[in-house]
Amino acid sequence: MKVKLKVWRQKNRNTAGEFRTYESPALNENMSFLEMLDVVNEELANKGEDPIAFDHDCREGICGTCSLVIGGKPHGPHRGVATCQTYMRSFRDGDTIVVEPFRAKAFPIIKDLVVDRKAFDRIQHAGGFISVRTGAAPDANSIPVPKENADLAMDAAQCIGCGACVAACKNASAMLFVAAKVSHLGLLPQGQPERFKRVKAMVTQMDAEGFGACTVTGSCEAVCPKEISLDFIARMNRDYGVALLKGEPKQIAGGVG
Amino acid sequence: MSIVSVIFKSSIGKKYVMAGTGALLFLFVIGHLVGNLQVFGPPELINTYAHFLQSKPAMVWGARIGLLVLVVLHVTTAVQLSIANKAARPVTYSGGEAYGSAWQSRYMLMSGIVIAAFIVYHLAHFTARLPAINGVGDFTKIKTVLHGEIVPDVYAMMVLGFQVWWVALFYIVAQALLFIHLGHGIASAFQSFGLRDHVWWPRIQFLAKGASIAIFIGYALIPISIYMRVVGSDYAGKAAAQLKDSASVQPAVATQGKETH
Repeated sequence: MKVKLKVWRQKNRNTAGEFRTYESPALNENMSFLEMLDVVNEELANKGEDPIAFDHDCREGICGTCSLVIGGKPHGPHRGVATCQTYMRSFRDGDTIVVEPFRAKAFPIIKDLVVDRKAFDRIQHAGGFISVRTGAAPDANSIPVPKENADLAMDAAQCIGCGACVAACKNASAMLFVAAKVSHLGLLPQGQPERFKRVKAMVTQMDAEGFGACTVTGSCEAVCPKEISLDFIARMNRDYGVALLKGEPKQIAGGVG
Repeated sequence: MSIVSVIFKSSIGKKYVMAGTGALLFLFVIGHLVGNLQVFGPPELINTYAHFLQSKPAMVWGARIGLLVLVVLHVTTAVQLSIANKAARPVTYSGGEAYGSAWQSRYMLMSGIVIAAFIVYHLAHFTARLPAINGVGDFTKIKTVLHGEIVPDVYAMMVLGFQVWWVALFYIVAQALLFIHLGHGIASAFQSFGLRDHVWWPRIQFLAKGASIAIFIGYALIPISIYMRVVGSDYAGKAAAQLKDSASVQPAVATQGKETH
């Protein structure tokens, strides 16, 4: 099979970009979308042209590095998979496929299809962790966790931080990502001491990065390669409200420091 | 920072404002509908109700100021959020609607703007009673006798007002947009306050759809049944005659005061 690619090309974040159309060489329909781009790039390189820059790493749907908006949907036509798990058999011979970078003010373009997603890292740095000495691995059942909480926490922890939620949302909102990170720690006993401080810090950082607000459109949930539910955004909204009502923790004078 | 300033500054806080004001306005919409549905009873029913409201100026003005505050907060916060949301995506995609989004959710601003315009028209139409915009005449001149008092004839105003096709049409269009707005807004208010989980979400959506349909049917029935001359067409004829004889402040229907002796 062969496809026509309409790809966004942009030299760097300071120059204007444009769509350019490329004809693919003959493809195996069982190639992943990224392998198809590799083949196209090889041809471009052989012709002495600049290959198309795109993000990729593990290519097995778990690292969250691959991105791309393929035909208007982040991660391609299927639900619950990343771009690296999208195969050429999902397209027809002769299709024109539009490939764009994730579009958001908080995700500036680095080159072509590669965007800077460090805003997510900064949100994580603001509170997406627990402050304990980890030490040696503790005994597995030393801290009991109710099954329902463990299940929900694991659902939230599936987030690979790829940013498809931001890319799909009409408001470029990062709420699903932040909600997943807030919830997966907030549901577990180890996350409790910093639960409300965490949600406030992460939401404040999210706002500072220039992401939009949630209008409950459901786009994020629909494109999430890990199918993370909007329920978690409600959980974050709830925790944020409780955090506001609790106010700042009182400063304790003295102590042994 | 105080909790109030955080609420008005943060993205989630603004969603609380939208949800809270929206929920209170929704309660008003229900109450207002119950009041208005009295038009399907005898003329005395809604006229008594209107007169009761008019005779409690502190309550009416309290409610009006409260509603104004709610509308102003709802609209200004919506504008702030829309500007921030647009700014979050400076470069748009080459084509296609937002994948997987509920269609109502994409029209909240548009439906909200039309509803706001409708509120202004509705207040000018039936509260300020500006003659220039109702297509009938000077509503302030329509009076009736109730319990021996000369009072504004609200029933006549409604049955006359909705016989004008474009007025009835605008009311129905505005109600259709309110239906779209509420269909998404009611459920989203629960989401914004975090009152949802996987069990309750389908129930909340069902409730939101049911409530918005019920509100639409209730409100749209009024202009439709009056325009179709099912409700109050005789009464409207008499009121129109009274309006022509504009110097008169005599009751439109002599029989209306009969049970008040």
